[in-house]
Amino acid sequence: MLDVIGLQKTYGEGSRATVAIGDLSFRVDKGEFVSIVGPSGCGKTTLLKCMSGLLAGTAGEVRLHGLPITGPPEQMALVFQDYSRSLMPWMTVRGNMALPLKRRRLSKTEMRDRIAEAVDSVGLTGFLDHYPWQLSGGMQQRVAIARALAYQPDILLMDEPFASVDAQTRADLEDVMLAVRDRYGITVLFVTHDIDESVYLADRVVVLTNRPTTVHEVVEVDLPRPRHQVTTKELPQFAHLRGHIYRAIRPDAVAAGGTP
Amino acid sequence: MNRRRVGLALEIACPLLVLAGLAVWSSGSQSFYWPPVTEILATFRDTWLFERFGTDVVPSLYRLGAGYLLACVVAIAAGIVLGSSARVSRAVEPIVEFLRAIPPPALIPFGLLIFGVGDGMKIAIIAFVCVWPVLLNTVDGIRSLDPTLLDTTRAYGIGGFERLRSVVLPGASPQIFAGMRTSLSLALIMMVVSELVASTNGIGYFVLQSQRTFAIPEMWAGIVLLGLLGYLLNVVFVVIENRVLAWHRHARAAAE
Repeated sequence: MLDVIGLQKTYGEGSRATVAIGDLSFRVDKGEFVSIVGPSGCGKTTLLKCMSGLLAGTAGEVRLHGLPITGPPEQMALVFQDYSRSLMPWMTVRGNMALPLKRRRLSKTEMRDRIAEAVDSVGLTGFLDHYPWQLSGGMQQRVAIARALAYQPDILLMDEPFASVDAQTRADLEDVMLAVRDRYGITVLFVTHDIDESVYLADRVVVLTNRPTTVHEVVEVDLPRPRHQVTTKELPQFAHLRGHIYRAIRPDAVAAGGTP
Repeated sequence: MNRRRVGLALEIACPLLVLAGLAVWSSGSQSFYWPPVTEILATFRDTWLFERFGTDVVPSLYRLGAGYLLACVVAIAAGIVLGSSARVSRAVEPIVEFLRAIPPPALIPFGLLIFGVGDGMKIAIIAFVCVWPVLLNTVDGIRSLDPTLLDTTRAYGIGGFERLRSVVLPGASPQIFAGMRTSLSLALIMMVVSELVASTNGIGYFVLQSQRTFAIPEMWAGIVLLGLLGYLLNVVFVVIENRVLAWHRHARAAAE
């Protein structure tokens, strides 16, 4: 479905060049939920921009359905971390959701149905005529998710989407993601710096190294579904996976803490 | 709600009190240049309600409106073009700054040569002056659109006219309105200035003509009308701005 093949990204030229992405390859299969996690400042956002076609890589390529991505593909949707700057404050929730649908050339009823289903699946029914600034941060991010769902992309890319909300809202939003994923059967690529979150949500976790970024390891998450904020996180497998990824990302921090 | 009512009452009562005070103070005035306020008000009523309304106020308003609207349309259109490219806006910036720096009345002699003494010259002068604040603010507004917002727009394939209508113009509208507001007061100034030279009607012409014929109360009545006009234009502008930019006020309040 989505193939990242030998992707490299260098900023600047000559002696001042900084290599953001060293050499990156991985793949996301149809219907999978893949998390990407890595140390702070490892170029996750650059990677996401390259994968979404917003930024051209220096070498290598990204393929969606086997076709190389040169610009933002029509079958891809994005959810950014900063919901307040990715929703148009001059449009209602309905307007924000309808705007990307214009290129889909839907009938009026189809458009209305899609929007209604998407807001329902994120629990915002009844807020269609609200403006983003009338909603809390968590609700605004739900709108951004609903907008992506109504667009019905083949793959949804999310760039640290829950990094700006408080912990409880974050847990709620994680569960919203699990629910909509089941409902829509959508493929998700989820970039985060939160190790717990990456394990809790995903089928596989792609662990990145520091700059220049490469894939350190791909971890299969064999936790049972449906997942639950309390019971899943109590499982020994969860603790094991979490610890494993933590060591991979921050070996120095683990060493400084001593051996358990 | 109550506080708002008190504020509104003050806003109305204070000018009325000042006016009443002036009327009392100037009631016995024998000065040729400072006639009693009551006399000025009486002249105001006789002149503008509505004897000379059609012959002087309407032409003035027409020039002001035509020049201002022309300037806004041209400036926003040019601003969209310039704002879309960093290189073009950089290259054109010195030219714009130069043209803007020319004191507008200096262009009147040239305008007389090109457009003659009719409305064309006045509208052109008003438009020329009003174009710059709107243009510069439009460019600035578009150049400072949020990158995340633009990434979102690109990722969802929103392009062309839809992008302009639903993203770029609304996003830049707070700045565009700031420019339009500056231009509105410039438009009034240039309307008067252009009517002081080689004119046969208009409020500016009326003020000058009254002074030349020593019709001092008429002169004052014209000045008062200009003040009122400026005030009313601003009120209308603020009402429209508040409606169009309601989202902006609320979004800013919510962010704080």
